[in-house]
Amino acid sequence: MKSILRPALVLFALLTLLTGFIYPLAVTGVAQVSFPQQAHGSLVMRDGKAVGSTLIGQAFSDPKYFWGRPSATAPMPNNGAASGGSNLAPSNPVLLDAVKARVEALRAADPGNTAAVPQDLVMTSASGLDPQISPAAAMYQAGRVARVRGLPVGEVQQLIARNTHGRTLGIFGEPRVNVLALNMALDQGK
Amino acid sequence: MEPLALINLAVFLGVLLLAAYPLGLFIARVADAQANPAGSILGRVESFLYRIAGVDPQEDMSWRKYAVSLLVFSLIGVLVVYAVQRLQLLLPLNPQGFGAVSADSSFNTALSFVTNTNWQGYGGESTMSYLTQMAALAVQNFFSAACGMAVAFALIRGFARRVLASDAAGKNGLGNLWVDVTRCTMYVLLPLSFVFAVVLVSQGVIQNFDEYQDVATLDAVTYETPKLDAAGAPLKDASGAPVMEKIVTKAQTLAMGPVASQEAIKMIGTNGGGFFNANSAHPFENPTPLTNFLQMLAIFLIPAALCFAFGRMVGDMRQGWAIVAAMSVIFVAFALLALWSEAHGNPGIAALGVDISGGNLEGKETRFGAIASALFATITTAASCGAVNAMHDSLMPLGGFATMLLIQLGEVVFGGVGSGFYGMLIFAVLAVFIAGLMIGRTPEYLGKKIQSFEMKMVSIAILATPMVVLVGTALAVMLDPGKAGISNPGAHGFSQVLYAVSSAANNNGSAFAGLSANTPFYNVLLGIAVWIGRFGVIVPVLAIAGSLANKQRSEATVGTMPTHGPLFVVLVIGSVLLVGALTYVPALALGPVVEHLQVFVK
Repeated sequence: MKSILRPALVLFALLTLLTGFIYPLAVTGVAQVSFPQQAHGSLVMRDGKAVGSTLIGQAFSDPKYFWGRPSATAPMPNNGAASGGSNLAPSNPVLLDAVKARVEALRAADPGNTAAVPQDLVMTSASGLDPQISPAAAMYQAGRVARVRGLPVGEVQQLIARNTHGRTLGIFGEPRVNVLALNMALDQGK
Repeated sequence: MEPLALINLAVFLGVLLLAAYPLGLFIARVADAQANPAGSILGRVESFLYRIAGVDPQEDMSWRKYAVSLLVFSLIGVLVVYAVQRLQLLLPLNPQGFGAVSADSSFNTALSFVTNTNWQGYGGESTMSYLTQMAALAVQNFFSAACGMAVAFALIRGFARRVLASDAAGKNGLGNLWVDVTRCTMYVLLPLSFVFAVVLVSQGVIQNFDEYQDVATLDAVTYETPKLDAAGAPLKDASGAPVMEKIVTKAQTLAMGPVASQEAIKMIGTNGGGFFNANSAHPFENPTPLTNFLQMLAIFLIPAALCFAFGRMVGDMRQGWAIVAAMSVIFVAFALLALWSEAHGNPGIAALGVDISGGNLEGKETRFGAIASALFATITTAASCGAVNAMHDSLMPLGGFATMLLIQLGEVVFGGVGSGFYGMLIFAVLAVFIAGLMIGRTPEYLGKKIQSFEMKMVSIAILATPMVVLVGTALAVMLDPGKAGISNPGAHGFSQVLYAVSSAANNNGSAFAGLSANTPFYNVLLGIAVWIGRFGVIVPVLAIAGSLANKQRSEATVGTMPTHGPLFVVLVIGSVLLVGALTYVPALALGPVVEHLQVFVK
């Protein structure tokens, strides 16, 4: 047994040193030198203050802003310190009720808009922190945002187009619009 | 089916094979203790480690010593991971001041990470200190993967070793566990992880030791939370309902940490334990479609490469191709089912005036959409990874069916690092045996006779896990603490429990995560399940390897059934599906099948 215990304990310690300390510190070192912005969370600054991260969605409910994906995090939506999804099953009536309430809130904020609601505006994201919406979901809100801000719809639609990212290499992922970037662009343009 | 879905699947498989083939040949050199695959400097570091640890790298261990060494190494891991979680408040690198993790949760997490399961009852960013994540959990991501590869090497050696007439009986061992674990860690897992981690950071995965960042958001958030009294207990009104307090805030707290280094080995080691609760759905873990593609690739990379390493080590690449082919056929079938299922959204949602043309997006991220999420879900459950980029609890019923059955097949469709390969080889032995019965010849695989001892061990390895799954699920749905965890009503509630026990016992680690599993009942039940599911397979596999290593390797004759052609591939697929279907169809009928009818039939 001793012939097993010594190698087990010593190798455990040495390989822990290698994989649990040297390795993450080496990655940190390379990351801090090569990609400091990304390594610290891709923070967005305005007037010298951090107002968010390009990668982390924020909750918007003011009609002058584009709204993002609904978030199921607790206790507040888009809780960056406790990610997670709704975990509601497709057969769960609670899911249908929640979606119904969100559809009604969107309709109430923009009574003239009778188009079908893009589902990413009423279905919660997996992380609760999704920073993006589909171009269709942005276009759906263009009329509301333009009216509240007193802007021509065409101008808002152009802003959406400028902030739209296509699929990577044309095949990976989905086209998307970063909601925080879009809203900051709107605020700057006012 | 959308052409884009098929293109994604085809590109994924193509790139996988291109990357896995050369890696497999390299891994074969890593498994050869005489070779020096990474140059003489690393070779000297390796020898230095052996000297300090008192390892004789020339020692050829019997299967018993190999198994005991593996168990001892794993038990040390359990004790260390448990202790670090319990003591994390006293240890450094805990900027958020997280307290000790509960005893039952620490027990579960320790077993779960040591067995390559990475079932997570806790939310990472609200529970674990940076030190716990990096030096306890991520270390096991390396070790459990290295141990899996070691067992795969041992089994391959069992087939590859030749017995000379002059040898004493039982002289052939299976190699040296310490050498295998050290070399797999140093030469395969660490370099791959380092490169992958840096690529992930370039795309936006964070890597720092900062405190959580507070940012001032553009818009205010209003939410309600239970009001607390001076002692921190929730206030109740006259009727006993909690008093709610309205809070308006313009602040958001962003979790930080050394994520990229852990993310890389989490995928490459098919571990799947996320730094954050949302796992690979979290934008700081998986920020772009490109990282998503690379993460999917990383899951299957070593499992596929091991098949080619097998071909090289037994001196016949066709044998490796046959195993890859069997795995690929099953994988493609399940991927098509999941892609199809998620491409068709929820009809109940469409009835509310919602455009569901993008598929089912509940619990999915915009940047991935239905296709990249369904593909990821299939890959992570075919392999015993268990990372998720979408919430499986919210998959459509047949998407949930596909992922759950893939887990239940025993995690042999590529499977975990090492475990997928040795698991599939067990099914290959079963296929050889069944074919041997049909044609009335002594079954042989790679020239080694498959006899009664081998078949007993094959039976144990194949039956241990389903027994744990079915008995565990039955217990959980009969007992109150088991039922208390269920969060969705009806058939899906049963699916949540079945998925949880299947995932634990097959060392996957993904979940229908609505289940409240961070309770003493589930922590203990699933902790036991992960252990039996891991070592209830590994020990019989090593026993088989030990027996085969000391058998004559006979030359193929015209009467030998070839184990590299399409016929054999079909037989292997058949034995995997037959065992899986016979075991689980009744249970699956009560869960996802009923739910599908509930959602789609009015």
